[in-house]
Amino acid sequence: MDNTLTPLSGMQVGAAGAVETIDLMRDDSLRVREIGFLPGAMVRVIRRAPLGDPIEVEIGGAHLALRRADAALISVRITADA
Amino acid sequence: MPVIALVGNPNTGKTTLFNALTGLSQKVANYAGVTVEKKEGTCHDQHGKLMRVLDLPGTYSLSARTPDEVIPRDVLLGRRADTAKPDCVICVVDASNLERNLYLAVQVLDLGIPAIVVLNMMDVAEARGLKLSAAALQERLGVPVIPMQANTRQGMERLRVAMSQAELPLAKPGVHPLALREALAKARERLDGEGTTHGSLTLTGTASLLCSLGPDGSDAVADIEAARELMDHDCPGWEEKLVSSHYKRIGELVRDATEQQAAGGPTATDKLDRALLHPILGWVILGGLMTGLFATIFSVAAVPMDWIDAGFGWTADWVKTWMAEGDLRDLLTDGVLAGVGSVVIFLPQILLLFFFIGLLEDTGYMARVAFIMDRLMGLVGLNGRAFIPLLSSYACAIPGIMATRTIANPRERLITILVAPLASCSARLPVYVMMIGVLLPGGTGDVWMKVAFMLGLYALGTVGMFLFAWLFHRRLRSGSGSAMILELPPYRVPALRAVLLRLWERARVFVTQAGTVILVISVLLWAATSYPKPADGDDTDRLTQSIAGQLGKTIEPLIEPLGYDWKMGIGLIASFAAREVFVSTMSILYRADDPADDEGTRPLQTLLREQKRADGSPLFNGKTCLSMLVFYVFAMQCMATLAITRRETNSWKWPLFQFGYLTVTAYLAALLVYQGAGLLGY
Repeated sequence: MDNTLTPLSGMQVGAAGAVETIDLMRDDSLRVREIGFLPGAMVRVIRRAPLGDPIEVEIGGAHLALRRADAALISVRITADA
Repeated sequence: MPVIALVGNPNTGKTTLFNALTGLSQKVANYAGVTVEKKEGTCHDQHGKLMRVLDLPGTYSLSARTPDEVIPRDVLLGRRADTAKPDCVICVVDASNLERNLYLAVQVLDLGIPAIVVLNMMDVAEARGLKLSAAALQERLGVPVIPMQANTRQGMERLRVAMSQAELPLAKPGVHPLALREALAKARERLDGEGTTHGSLTLTGTASLLCSLGPDGSDAVADIEAARELMDHDCPGWEEKLVSSHYKRIGELVRDATEQQAAGGPTATDKLDRALLHPILGWVILGGLMTGLFATIFSVAAVPMDWIDAGFGWTADWVKTWMAEGDLRDLLTDGVLAGVGSVVIFLPQILLLFFFIGLLEDTGYMARVAFIMDRLMGLVGLNGRAFIPLLSSYACAIPGIMATRTIANPRERLITILVAPLASCSARLPVYVMMIGVLLPGGTGDVWMKVAFMLGLYALGTVGMFLFAWLFHRRLRSGSGSAMILELPPYRVPALRAVLLRLWERARVFVTQAGTVILVISVLLWAATSYPKPADGDDTDRLTQSIAGQLGKTIEPLIEPLGYDWKMGIGLIASFAAREVFVSTMSILYRADDPADDEGTRPLQTLLREQKRADGSPLFNGKTCLSMLVFYVFAMQCMATLAITRRETNSWKWPLFQFGYLTVTAYLAALLVYQGAGLLGY
């Protein structure tokens, strides 16, 4: 499964990869980039919330929660499977 | 006096440092025109020179979106009339999360203000095996970098020495790509309008002004928009380029400052989260914590509430013995003392709630609650952060509404504030208990029915809360940018001092802000229930002939379809002060002309059940009781909440809207119940 492009929302818990593209609305996109979602940045999915949404990811040493609808607009090149 | 500003991400110990620097000299006010707290204090430097310290709201970036984020940007750019541009900034950086914290730091360092960088939480970083070189960072940045543990005050002396330097250095500026620099320089020219200081901005300062169309009260909005268009034209994708440029520099800084990488393996926070965010255990712990919290609030608060009740009663008696009978005495005892007492009585509950909310915030668990609840709250357009404020509102809407400040999105925050009074707060309990008591006259078999009714009322309020949240979510226009990004910070042992300081601050706001409104309305209500005075007569005559009594009669046609008489109308009007006043008003109105009882010892419920209508049928029949209960579920009979909504939304528009929509809903719901029951033949 290496090197496939997946939306962040579709990643398994425990999987990691490099951010490829960010397609959120302009203001959201800037905000997401500022907290570290830059092309090439490593991101890892830590867990899903008990009700399945949002998801917790680790990026640049910080733990962040994103709703799946937003995470679906960030694509990731998977480098490590769950 | 020189002004030093503290800036940093949320959860970096910035406020702990501020408390350590300023101690009790701090004052909290609001920035003009917004509900963002302005925290200021004074401290002495090494030479005993006094300086002003400003604790700016925590933010992740100078590209502002919310009012909380606009303030630090505008203060640092010297764009606020009510706050002088700081002479020096202290950038507080969390050493254990250097990369992300440096994002704000490099933006601030590039503004051309002398700066000091505080590398806080060195202990947390070291516990994870991370070794940082403050000297290397200082070398790269060109400003003093001070390793520190603000919670144990380690490093404070070095910081004071740095603050005492006569000439603090400017940071070595970061260098953006050429195309970006040229475009920013052109945009700055476009911005430099008359009467602004925009022309003196650095390129990064210009960029942070252009980066977002957050709320901006200044006249420069059109100029900013034009400069943004210029940027879009000259340097497409400039925002991405800017962020990348900052991160490129940060990457180099982190690489040079890191002597030893953090050891892998789960941190204490990871281990805790495995339990606290577990799909099943997470709910059990959340449920247990909230149950424990409310059990504590209701049981512990009962003791001081009795004291306050007794205290106000005793004071009123004391005034009565020492003052001559007359209007002034009545004003003091029945107006001021009774009115203020009826609200102060909730202070223990409010304080306990504030204390627990403070603990939840400072430990980092609040963010986890938001994470767990976000999906559910999202169904009605709210965000997970609305959960604790709304839950708190079941004890009292005031701390609930004040706790909405953690909701970053202004629209979601407003919706949360608007629906908070629909949670059945503890002031409604006396009304519920009395009316259910009238509806179901005693008997052991009735106990479960009573419980079922009580639960039904709470459920009705809750359904209303979610329904209105959903309606407002559909109706209120959304601003730009809607993605929810929630940081799950590492767990921390909260600093009791910080929690208590904030508790004190919130209590002060409640007493002063709500207190003044309460005092005025209490006096007005007292006057309405006392004047004009009858020549002679008892309490009932006084009430019937008073303005309130006449008002009760005036609104009788309006409330008759709900099944109420004019006496209940007086109760409704009087209980606008606070809901539980309804019970005491009913007691005064119906007890006095009770022929069977001179002592005033018969239960109020029995008395109410015996009241007859003109046609001889019971006044408080089932449908009247139900209609009254439903009215109190929805009605916003609480002036303290209105006062707090006015403060938190910074306008009269929203509290008036809140009062209006809740009163109309209450009226229509009560009408539906009474007339519906009538149609069904009850």
